[in-house]
Amino acid sequence: MNQILEKKIISEGVKDITISSQHIARKRKAGQFIILRIDEYGERIPMTIVDSDPKAGTIRLIFQEVGKSTYSLGDLEVGDEILDLVGPLGKPTHIENFGTVVCVGGGIGVAPVYPIAAAMKEAGNEVISIIGSRDKDLLIMEQEMSEVSDRLLITTDDGSYGLHGFVTNALQNLIDEGVKIDLCVAIGPVVMMGAVSNLTKEFGIETVVSLNSIMVDGTGMCGCCRVTVGNKTQFVCVDGPEFDGHQVDFKELMMRQSAYLPQEKEAMDRYHKCKLERLAAQPGGK
Amino acid sequence: MTEDKKDKKDIKATKPKGKRLKPKKPKIPRQPMPEQEPKERIHNFNEVPYGFSIETAMIEAARCIQCKKPVCIDGCPVEINIPAFLLAIKEGDFEKSIKIMKNDNALPAICGRVCPQEDQCEKLCVIGIKGKPVAIGRLERFIADWERKNMEISIPEIAPSTGKKVAVVGAGPAGLTVAGELARLGHDVTIFEALHKPGGVLIYGIPEFRLPKAIVMAEVDYVKKLGVKIVYNAVIGKYLTLDELFNEEGFHAIFIGVGAGLPYFMNIPGENLNGVYSANEYLTRANLMKAYDFPNYDTPIMRSKKVAVIGGGNVAMDSARTALRLGAESVTVVYRRSRKEMPARDEELDHAEEEGVIFKLLTNPTQINGDDDNWVKSMTVLNMKLGEPDSSGRRRPVPIEGSEWDLEVDTVIVAIGNGANPLLTEATPELNLNKWGNIIADDETCLTSMMGVYAGGDIVIGAATVILAMGAGKRAYRAMHKYLMTL
Repeated sequence: MNQILEKKIISEGVKDITISSQHIARKRKAGQFIILRIDEYGERIPMTIVDSDPKAGTIRLIFQEVGKSTYSLGDLEVGDEILDLVGPLGKPTHIENFGTVVCVGGGIGVAPVYPIAAAMKEAGNEVISIIGSRDKDLLIMEQEMSEVSDRLLITTDDGSYGLHGFVTNALQNLIDEGVKIDLCVAIGPVVMMGAVSNLTKEFGIETVVSLNSIMVDGTGMCGCCRVTVGNKTQFVCVDGPEFDGHQVDFKELMMRQSAYLPQEKEAMDRYHKCKLERLAAQPGGK
Repeated sequence: MTEDKKDKKDIKATKPKGKRLKPKKPKIPRQPMPEQEPKERIHNFNEVPYGFSIETAMIEAARCIQCKKPVCIDGCPVEINIPAFLLAIKEGDFEKSIKIMKNDNALPAICGRVCPQEDQCEKLCVIGIKGKPVAIGRLERFIADWERKNMEISIPEIAPSTGKKVAVVGAGPAGLTVAGELARLGHDVTIFEALHKPGGVLIYGIPEFRLPKAIVMAEVDYVKKLGVKIVYNAVIGKYLTLDELFNEEGFHAIFIGVGAGLPYFMNIPGENLNGVYSANEYLTRANLMKAYDFPNYDTPIMRSKKVAVIGGGNVAMDSARTALRLGAESVTVVYRRSRKEMPARDEELDHAEEEGVIFKLLTNPTQINGDDDNWVKSMTVLNMKLGEPDSSGRRRPVPIEGSEWDLEVDTVIVAIGNGANPLLTEATPELNLNKWGNIIADDETCLTSMMGVYAGGDIVIGAATVILAMGAGKRAYRAMHKYLMTL
């Protein structure tokens, strides 16, 4: 069950894994996520499904190693199994032929925006994608995004590749060019989604964002993932994960995402210490 | 020690009016159950009561006068043959006693711990008219624990295979009951559970100190030994729909026991501040995810200093007592009515009080206040007084104007109940729902508006008790068996 069949390192600390999961592969639609628990001691963490192959019965996840759980997941090798994998969860992306759709992915957010861009393209939209990262080495999925986009714009914060600047700069350029944008989909760090939403609001462009809140069960039972959208509390796991970017309280979301920072650091320090001890205990290790 | 305080209230109310029966005053007093000292137990998650010894159990069981018309059975949602199992204990034939018990109740170790017996069997016990009722719940617990310690778990005879496949959605008390009973009748039963562990509220909700998880797992093992299969991480409605269970997976009937599982919040300002939990989240982190053992387990939970728990039910008491065990310096239960109206069991209230939980009754929160970093720093509450009775018959709490004050806290746990979780029902438009989103099912058969689909427990009646869910499971399995045998 839930065996890792393929594993690739696609940039510094970013891993791309393919996992066998018949049912999820068959049912999953763009925009949905899974929750996984690595082992008996693990926490439950949500992750967007990047792609699936219903015939082969596999799903694909791309994640950045940022904390103890994602590092531990990154340590698993081909052939290893993930103890628990539940999904597909959340509402699928609303896909139709809107006209021109701009898909914006920032950092690791390119991974969840990819299946949406692909589905939008499939539905007959003209897809313009903007993907950005801190620098050239951190940019992911350029080739795949170009395959599902009519136009692909790249930005890097340091100017080492593509446009020097943020994804919002590229979006501003599109607006300035006079491109008529019917829908914008933005996924990435909260600050980025907030900035994109601010910009599109000014120009009246409908904008969808996908939120990655802290979750436990992912089925609406605990309410940990609640977020304020248009002054109403919503649960990201069952009402989302996608919401109207113009209505989301991003400030609150950011604060809620940092609720466990001290514990995350403690867990991370412990992980590093344990890993060093494990390495030292190996034959030939120090 | 909870005993003396407890019996004053409810029992008086059960005195029959008019003709006096004048039963003899029982000679043997109700036996107390030893428990961990409050000072000690607030530092651990071990079970609070230790249970009866064999000697005490036999003395207590002898208090039963073996009524010809045992009214206690009328108070039991699963109609356990109470006098018979008590008599067997009195005679020291524990094997016989557990057999009698298991004829009607597959999960006695759980029911003996979490059933509100004071409102059920023990409320009707005739011994309770003059004295204190027979401790039926504690004896139920005793006999189940005795079996677990002393016997290979006995598996009842299982009927030959009927060739009928049944899907049960949710491995909580209702689902486990239906699954176990139908498996005994020879049906091929598979439970689909959304979480990674079985038990539903028994595992994620009720804390270790009230219901040890090893007991839940033993009861689940028993159901598995009857031939029931359990698929984990399977959210029906997402992973498979009911249609697919019928048409692709070949099931002949389905039972839905998904529980309530959608936490209510107060809808007051500040509820999305960091440090505000639903009781579901707080208890799930602590129980299911074992956050009390962080960092050995990866799931974190706030190590709060000053905690407010909103609500007056068993879940509120569980949350308050969990917070104490996680190291809180003070835990305050805030409830808008008076103690008399609190829905929690007396035993839970007494335990909480003994452990030092503070009760602010007739107090209602109006807003939660945060600091610049979005963390809870206090909760504004309003004093209330009791007015006229409302539709539930309880006196309605009325705010006293201008009586606001601030309770300094860093954590707020909202334990005001659960609504119906819409995950499965949204994906199944054929199911008729009431205005609250609960599935409409027949009282007697648990049949829903979909052919072959039955439902019971909290998803039908709203958040209630473990034993009521099991009672529904009992009614459902009989109707389902009948239906299956016509196919």
